[in-house]
Amino acid sequence: MTGVLEAIRAAMPLAGVELVNNPSPCGQHSLRVERKDVLAVAEFLRDRLGYDFCSNVSGVDWPPQKLKETTTKKELVDGVEKEVKTTSERDVPGFLEVVYHLYSISKKSGALTLRVRTGDRGADVAVPSLTPVWKSADFQEREAFDLFGIRFDGHPDLRRILMWDEFADFPMRKDYVPPDDFEYEPTPHDEILAKVKARTEAAP
Amino acid sequence: MSDLQTIDVSLGPQHPSTHGVFRMNVTLDGETVTRLQPVFGYLHRNHEKIAEGNSWLAAMPYTDRLDYICPLTNNWAYALAVEKLAGIEVAERAEFIRVITAELTRLQNHVAFLGFILGDMGAWGTALMYAFREREKILDLFESLTGARMMCNYMRFGGCRCDLPPGWLDATRKLVDGFPAFLDEMEALLNGNEILLARLQGVAPLSAARAINGGMSGPVLRASGVDYDIRKTDGYGIYSRFKFRVPRGAAGDCFDRFMLRVLEARESVEILKQAIAGIPDGPVVNPKAKQRGLRPPAGEAYGRIEGPKGELGFYLISDGGDKPFRFRIRPPSLINLTLLEELCLGTKLADVMVILGSIDIVLGEVDR
Repeated sequence: MTGVLEAIRAAMPLAGVELVNNPSPCGQHSLRVERKDVLAVAEFLRDRLGYDFCSNVSGVDWPPQKLKETTTKKELVDGVEKEVKTTSERDVPGFLEVVYHLYSISKKSGALTLRVRTGDRGADVAVPSLTPVWKSADFQEREAFDLFGIRFDGHPDLRRILMWDEFADFPMRKDYVPPDDFEYEPTPHDEILAKVKARTEAAP
Repeated sequence: MSDLQTIDVSLGPQHPSTHGVFRMNVTLDGETVTRLQPVFGYLHRNHEKIAEGNSWLAAMPYTDRLDYICPLTNNWAYALAVEKLAGIEVAERAEFIRVITAELTRLQNHVAFLGFILGDMGAWGTALMYAFREREKILDLFESLTGARMMCNYMRFGGCRCDLPPGWLDATRKLVDGFPAFLDEMEALLNGNEILLARLQGVAPLSAARAINGGMSGPVLRASGVDYDIRKTDGYGIYSRFKFRVPRGAAGDCFDRFMLRVLEARESVEILKQAIAGIPDGPVVNPKAKQRGLRPPAGEAYGRIEGPKGELGFYLISDGGDKPFRFRIRPPSLINLTLLEELCLGTKLADVMVILGSIDIVLGEVDR
């Protein structure tokens, strides 16, 4: 992983790439790439380092959270030095993330994990599509668009893939609230029902 | 100007696993396909969201419903990913049981495939009955081991749910010893058939470079001549201890994809013989592994296996809690459909079903 990072930095010194540590026992660390550089980095990985197989594309929703931080300071209280704890809350803005798992079939190596972040969870949810680099990202990026609401710039056919076209929300987001009744659709018949209800309730 | 006329057809269901849940919007110029868009999602129940709302163990029975033809390999892929994430060791005997059940799953998947693709070519019934006769014997073994023919829910973190029942290994050995004879019979029945050869040979060839770029995995990738089998490259479980060959195709056409399944089934028989001979005594689950109250440490892991249909992977993120923070399935059936349009363009309408059949999909996994 560090070898790949060094190769990217040597070839593209201005690219924003950093190592993300994974505390899990499996030790699969990943590389976070800035949005503006991800297409160039992906082409470099495919053409120069042999990562020809994009296995998995996954969206991840990181909702905004309040981080509690406790700091301990030594202060003089009434002339005696004491440890005083102060707790402060910090708002961490939420964002969406796309995770790519890459393998090299020619070199039989992998997995290399790439992560790309969106700006936030609202208006700034576009990242460059990697479908032009690896065709296998096609359906999987559509799925991330469908279920997470991540927009992929440069995707040849960005449509909903599993949900129906008229569906408005993004079900895999952490704050998604499912509707009470999936079957209900407003129909012209509703007005008639309302009239009937008003008349029957008015009658004794 | 009739030569400029095209016609839009909503094609399907034809393949047995697609009844009512998969169709293709096809544009035809005469009988030639000029555009094809697969339409799916009718079986979507957002498996990933359900799993994120339940405990780690509770997702195990749901994995049976992904590719419901092969529940045991689905179980294994999920167990493998969780074991990576939490650093759980697997009991030695369980490793052998996993290999045996996974290879039996591969056998019955490939056998069912032979029946299905014959059905796609119009040979309704007969070939499928031959195939299902053998598949049913394997499902009987699954039933006596796990209690269910298809929804097995058998693997656990660090091992398996229960030990083999008495006499199970002998029954499996008998089935495995008789299996090559069935494959010979099936091959003799099919490969001498002129219609079958005409319908498969040279249809929809796929180059190795396109297959890799399109994310094809499993038999479809190897039929295009790529030497890549996750059992060999990753050596997950105890596959590195077994001797087996990785069959490869040359042209990458429908016939190669068809024959590759027969050859792979023969290699699975070899693995099964070695695994049955080498299985040790001992516990079937790591006693230190937590099941119900599992809380993997914060972090993430991607675990994958060579499923019968291709690379089946699970990408899991834990925040240290009792539920997965992110639960992602890499479905080989869905990703193998990526190149369906490319394969079908320029072919005749009647070939489309054969091409779809040669990819071998299950909609429970495509839609999740």
